[in-house]
Amino acid sequence: MGEGDAVILVYSTSYALRAEKVLGNAGTDCKLIPVPRHLSSDCGVCVRIARADRKTATEALHQAGVEIEGVHDI
Amino acid sequence: MIYFDNAATTWPKPPAVSEAMVHFLEGVGANPGRAAHRRAVMSGRIVYNTREAVGELFNVPDPLRIVFGANVTEALNLALRGYLRPGDHVITSGMEHNAVMRPLRGMECPPAHGSDGVELSVVPCSPEGFLDPADVEAAIRPNTVMVVLNHASNVVGTLLPVADVGHIAREHGLLLLVDGAQTGGAYPIDVQADPIDLLGFTGHKSLHGPMGTGGLFIGERVDVERLQPLIRGGTGSNSELEEQPGFLPDMCESGTPNAVGLAGLGAGVRWVLERGVEQIRAHEIEITQRLIDGLRGIGGVTVYGGLDATRQTATVSFNIAGMPPSEAGLRLDEEHGIMCRVGLHCAPAAHKTIGTFPDGTVRFGLSPFNTLAEVTEAVGAVRQLAGEAY
Repeated sequence: MGEGDAVILVYSTSYALRAEKVLGNAGTDCKLIPVPRHLSSDCGVCVRIARADRKTATEALHQAGVEIEGVHDI
Repeated sequence: MIYFDNAATTWPKPPAVSEAMVHFLEGVGANPGRAAHRRAVMSGRIVYNTREAVGELFNVPDPLRIVFGANVTEALNLALRGYLRPGDHVITSGMEHNAVMRPLRGMECPPAHGSDGVELSVVPCSPEGFLDPADVEAAIRPNTVMVVLNHASNVVGTLLPVADVGHIAREHGLLLLVDGAQTGGAYPIDVQADPIDLLGFTGHKSLHGPMGTGGLFIGERVDVERLQPLIRGGTGSNSELEEQPGFLPDMCESGTPNAVGLAGLGAGVRWVLERGVEQIRAHEIEITQRLIDGLRGIGGVTVYGGLDATRQTATVSFNIAGMPPSEAGLRLDEEHGIMCRVGLHCAPAAHKTIGTFPDGTVRFGLSPFNTLAEVTEAVGAVRQLAGEAY
């Protein structure tokens, strides 16, 4: 990951940790990072993925019932 | 030395529990959910994995509907004081611990002051401590909102029919709150099958975690908007807002959690899952029935409860004729190295039900780590004391 990343914003750290587990089980690389300031002033974490995995990742999270606040390219 | 005070807190713990806590303190240490650096994420994962393990044990469909707290008393206070409103009617049993009774009595409308509070019905139980679900149904009023039941008595171990009452509660649109202090990890609990809307659990008993851990499962039928948290504060989420978040688990988990304790709790719950509740239960039934039968065979000893290990947990209460429980407890400790609890066990209602108020009982609480040999030795010690008391 590096150029061409996206972040998935969720509502709390618990959701981010669940998302990390769901994506790990689905074989999608991800990393929990601080929420970029320009996206939210929240002090929590978000899930960084490769932009190329955006569709598969959001589908996996949707299936697992993880509510997504937003997905943004970074 | 024989430790028979497991109904108060289990000991020893599985070795993995202290290992997990040492690992947390020495190798992790950070605050879960308050930053995104590697140690904070490790810490958050540990807490999250404990949430999942507890969820697996109780068949909770969504582990994020489990909120952690200091113990089951805090969990029950959250459910009762956070959910009930003036004018609501609550039904509970005559076998409750003060963790339920004191919050309810504190909220109950004072008879001298009209109806400015919660109405409470306490359904009587049999002298053995059993509850007839039909008596619960008969106590339902138009303004009833909740039934609160101790899953198993901390005094005599008798199991209350939570599944039957749960179905009655569903039929009448009521919530069922279960005090699982004595059963979580020792008796199968399935919040979906039973069916339970609110389940309070404590970490330091049959879940084999450390003290200072526990929590509340909050089911889908519970209106979260109506639930008021006991405390408000930082959650690591919605930090731009000065108002409390309205979603679980954050809304009920303000302030830095006991993450080192939850690391230990996770190890304790995984130990239970690996061993299996059914296997733990089978062992406890065997040693408990041996204890009941051994004590009943002693002249001058009265054993309370249903006397059938399949209908109770591994907690047995008894008295020796002519010897107050306090003296029995002291002599069991000093002369025989047996550690147990004596007196009223924080449950005056239950003692009134079984007829041991205000003197109380001697209570032996067993755990999966106790053995038939220890039971035999303890029965021999009680026989000796009873022989001297006669």
